[in-house]
Amino acid sequence: MRLKRSMRWEARTLAPIISLFLLIVGTALVVPGFLKLSIVDGHIYGSLIDILHRSTPTALIALGMAVVIGTKGIDLSVGAIIAICGAVTAVLTASTELHPLIVLGCALLAGMVCGLWNGTLVAVFGIQPIVATLILMVAGRGIAQMITGGQIVTFHSDFINGIGNGFFLGLPARVVLAAVIIAITVLVLRKTALGMFLEAVGGNSEASRLVGIDSKLLILMVYVFSGFCAALAGVIIAADIRGADANNAGLWLELDAILAVVIAGASLSGGRIYLGLTIVGALIIQTLTTAILTSGLPAQYNLIVKASIILLVLLLQSKVTQDFIKARVQSFRRASDA
Amino acid sequence: MLNERYLPVIATLLVFILLYGYGMVEYKGFRDTLVFTNLLTDNAFLIVTAVGMSFVIISGGIDLSVGSMIAFVGVLLAYLITGLGIHPVYAAIIALCTATFFGMVMGVIIAYFEIQPFIVTLAGLFLFRGLAYMINLNSVPIDHELLVTLSEIYVPLPGRGGLTFIAMAMLALLAIGVVVAKRTRFGLNVYAVGGDAQSAALMGVPVKSTLVRIYALSGLYSGAAGVIFAIYTGSAYPLAAVGVELDAIAAVVIGGTLLTGGVGFVFGAFLGALIQGIIQTLIIFDGSLNSWWTKVAIGALLLMFILMQKAIVHFTRRYSGKDPAPTDQHAMKEQPAMQKVETT
Amino acid sequence: MTDVNQPPLLSIAHINKRFPGVRALNDVSLTFHAGEVHALLGENGAGKSTLIKVLTGIYAKDSGDLLLDCRKVHIKNSQDAQNSGIRTVYQEINLIPTMTVAENLTLLDQPRRFGMIRWRSAQSQAREMLARVGLDIDPNSLLVSHSIAVQQMVAIARALGSKARLLILDEPTASLDSDEIARLFGLMRQLKAQGMAIIFVTHFLDQVYAISDTISVLRNGSHVGTFKTSALTQTELVGHMLGKDLDMLQHEQRDITEAEEKPVVLSLSQVGKTNMLKPVDLKLRRGEIVGLAGLLGSGRTELCELAYGAARSDQGSKTWLGQSLPINTPKQAIVQGMAYCPEDRKHRGIIAELSVRENLILALQSTRGWWSRIPMAEQQAVVSEFIERLSIKTSDMEKPIGELSGGNQQKVILARWLVTNPTLLILDEPTRGIDVGAHHDILNIIRELCEEGMSLLVASSEVEEIVAFAHRVVVLRDREKVSEIVGTQISQKSIIQAIAQ
Repeated sequence: MRLKRSMRWEARTLAPIISLFLLIVGTALVVPGFLKLSIVDGHIYGSLIDILHRSTPTALIALGMAVVIGTKGIDLSVGAIIAICGAVTAVLTASTELHPLIVLGCALLAGMVCGLWNGTLVAVFGIQPIVATLILMVAGRGIAQMITGGQIVTFHSDFINGIGNGFFLGLPARVVLAAVIIAITVLVLRKTALGMFLEAVGGNSEASRLVGIDSKLLILMVYVFSGFCAALAGVIIAADIRGADANNAGLWLELDAILAVVIAGASLSGGRIYLGLTIVGALIIQTLTTAILTSGLPAQYNLIVKASIILLVLLLQSKVTQDFIKARVQSFRRASDA
Repeated sequence: MLNERYLPVIATLLVFILLYGYGMVEYKGFRDTLVFTNLLTDNAFLIVTAVGMSFVIISGGIDLSVGSMIAFVGVLLAYLITGLGIHPVYAAIIALCTATFFGMVMGVIIAYFEIQPFIVTLAGLFLFRGLAYMINLNSVPIDHELLVTLSEIYVPLPGRGGLTFIAMAMLALLAIGVVVAKRTRFGLNVYAVGGDAQSAALMGVPVKSTLVRIYALSGLYSGAAGVIFAIYTGSAYPLAAVGVELDAIAAVVIGGTLLTGGVGFVFGAFLGALIQGIIQTLIIFDGSLNSWWTKVAIGALLLMFILMQKAIVHFTRRYSGKDPAPTDQHAMKEQPAMQKVETT
Repeated sequence: MTDVNQPPLLSIAHINKRFPGVRALNDVSLTFHAGEVHALLGENGAGKSTLIKVLTGIYAKDSGDLLLDCRKVHIKNSQDAQNSGIRTVYQEINLIPTMTVAENLTLLDQPRRFGMIRWRSAQSQAREMLARVGLDIDPNSLLVSHSIAVQQMVAIARALGSKARLLILDEPTASLDSDEIARLFGLMRQLKAQGMAIIFVTHFLDQVYAISDTISVLRNGSHVGTFKTSALTQTELVGHMLGKDLDMLQHEQRDITEAEEKPVVLSLSQVGKTNMLKPVDLKLRRGEIVGLAGLLGSGRTELCELAYGAARSDQGSKTWLGQSLPINTPKQAIVQGMAYCPEDRKHRGIIAELSVRENLILALQSTRGWWSRIPMAEQQAVVSEFIERLSIKTSDMEKPIGELSGGNQQKVILARWLVTNPTLLILDEPTRGIDVGAHHDILNIIRELCEEGMSLLVASSEVEEIVAFAHRVVVLRDREKVSEIVGTQISQKSIIQAIAQ
């Protein structure tokens, strides 16, 4: 959608990409062998692949979150949805003989139902997104525990485990899967008018109403999509650990996802959807974590670094700072003119 | 004196009485005062956090950093007392000052850079948790004779119940919170900012400095909750109190405070937190139900209260002058938008 | 009433205020006396609200002086204004709806003992303040539980406070009914008798004549003149507000005549909405331009909204091309071939973050649905065609529309609808706040469209403009249609007389 504009390489669009690049280069200088890729049994291994592998759930959730935030919303319940869908996957696989594809379908459906719930509260009842999604955020893990009976349910299914840890064409299967979903999303938003409508609703809902856009339906769909993305992430996380942990699966992932969207330069007040940059944002978050871990720094730096990045990006984005910079630049220009 | 803004808090009281009454009817053990005083002790840190959160939410904001703040203050206390050998009283003062300072910094960013409180306090959530890890990675006991003395304080009540030190500290902090909200100019300004920040500014309310003080207060209260939590558990753990921010927000909302700001009672947060405690107690008494029912029940209560408030707001809006006619009022919108969590 | 020899309470001298690209106040000098109701009049953009914001310290003036009791004062914020005794009550009630009346009245000024608010004496303080404006309501009731009129009175009670000397009432009557207005006027007379200076901003001329002693008119940021109310006719007043000298205006020769035989496109029969617009009849023929004239707040915008379905009418019926149709939402209107450019471009027209191309294509895309996206090549072709046709000045069609000038934004919004090739185009103040060149362009476009057979409903505060293109003029006043002027009868003079009647 915004491809055209991002191709013009504005500073705003360049910043996340350059940051990711510098981060990788910096880490490579500190950690020898960081960039090394090796092929074992036809599978590619290496730190970079590991980063892709680990960032998949965050990237998927961030994808849904980017679209939700684009419509001036937010979805706090994605962590809880991950737990619910992980639980559905684990319980159905462990205790029924259903075909793994049907299990997968059920899990995705559960996520979409959760999204529909959120969307109904936001679009139909007109409840603020933060408040509306808070309900499921609180109750969701309880629901997940109800599904698992309060246990950590472990399961085995070649197909589902393959989604978590398998390889496809030499790459981790989950990375390929996420890439396909991301590509489809980008295509749907760019090749239909959906992306433009969503940005219009987020940018100015009244103007959108006057040109006849049905914002309620769009907002409903957006939350369903976010639920779908969270569900897929939930399946991947469950498949990865071959079990469902209702308490900890996807804990704080909603915050990482929001962070990824913010790093991409989208304003939380809506109107812009940067899918590609959001994925870059998710990669930055994971690269940082990996870099901190592999460079021997204590893991606890990770949270502090994340917090500092949020604050830095927010302060730079804030209107007050930008006005200040603009005023400075102007007075500088005036001074140099004189 | 009774008007529609008391409706939600009356509903909360009703829910509380119903749940408590149900417990008394069903379980013999529930009738003892011990159940009630245990509720006070066990939920003391949550109630104190929720009192601070009430101010934030009444002002139309949100504070996600409180859970991390509790853990950070606990770990800091342990470090100061056990690591540096500072007297617990001074350690607590230092910890509370630190917490207040951090709250104030978040308030400054929210008020003066006009960034949504949600995302600023989200950064706080990460930061304080990270700082807690920096000080200490493991669970450590806090040993000092003062803590032993404090935990021995017990004011017996009729029945088997009695008030512990932390229960009394909580009640004192609650009382202070109620008084600040209703009997000080600052408290009234908080309501004004939450009710309509633009109007408040035009009426002369110092909106920005009020916001800073609100977040400083929330920092102070979550810091105090951290101290209480440390006394309660006798130890410090950087992973403590994960998700308490959600419980506190839920307590405030179930206590009848409007998440869009302007309406609410500090005392309601107390009831909201106790309701969560009762649900847990009931589940323990039942024995056959699992703890996850707590979360589902709290979620359902949240939904109920949010929908009820939506209905009340919808009802009162009809009389309100704030429903803009489509013409020539846009000049007002031109004024700098004050902090306000976006309302759809 | 006013003693001319008495020194003025407040005088403002040579006030200037600029905003980027606009001269909001241009060397304005005015004097306000104690015991006088001074009406401040002017159309949109005349500078009324800017002047008030300068007086109340919300805006800083660029130059000029404020003299209170003949002494220079510096009002840098609303606190300064308050301390100088200047108090303001706005149309939109600036009180806290979620608080009680007493809490609102005493906010920031509660009686305290040891830092604790004493609610008992706060309540008696509130009662006294209410008594001063003649209100007998429970101070413990919630503000929102009262009607707008009572809320307005509470706002005045708060504004009066203890040492108010100059009370600014900024369109206080906009949402009041006639009984409530009478009550407000009673209070104003009472305050005037007590020696209060009152600045009364309104756009209801009847009210100006009912209450004011003096009238000052602003136009385009300049002071047109100050008049004794008793010595100024309504027609003269409207002439001043619109910048027309009636004596100079002749029934100019018009080559536009009625389009009587052509088929009716849209017909409104007794369409209205409570508190918005009294029932109106209106017929629009193919290839006809109907102008909507009237002062600010007369119901021009409301009529456009109801015709398009942007607001749902609660009475009357609509007929579209001979068929009776319920057109109650923009979607329904668009499907039938209607288009609407709202007056408030910034909040209701443009989507600032989206590019010129996206803004321009939005309505057409919306008619086609989200699935059948207009191919990029076609979009670009359409957009460049319209950029050229309407001479929209933009460096690039991918530029965010928010970065364009007002006139070019307006052209993009116009183009947004033209690409849908509507049967009826509704334009609300299409030339407001745009530069002269763009103004000229847009008038030409309107004429061309009409010649191509499109019907247009154009609301404008510029009488000259309406005369230049309208086949028929509907004149509104106080949210009611008061007259319809047809064909050769249309002239600036006839319109102004209809407005001022």
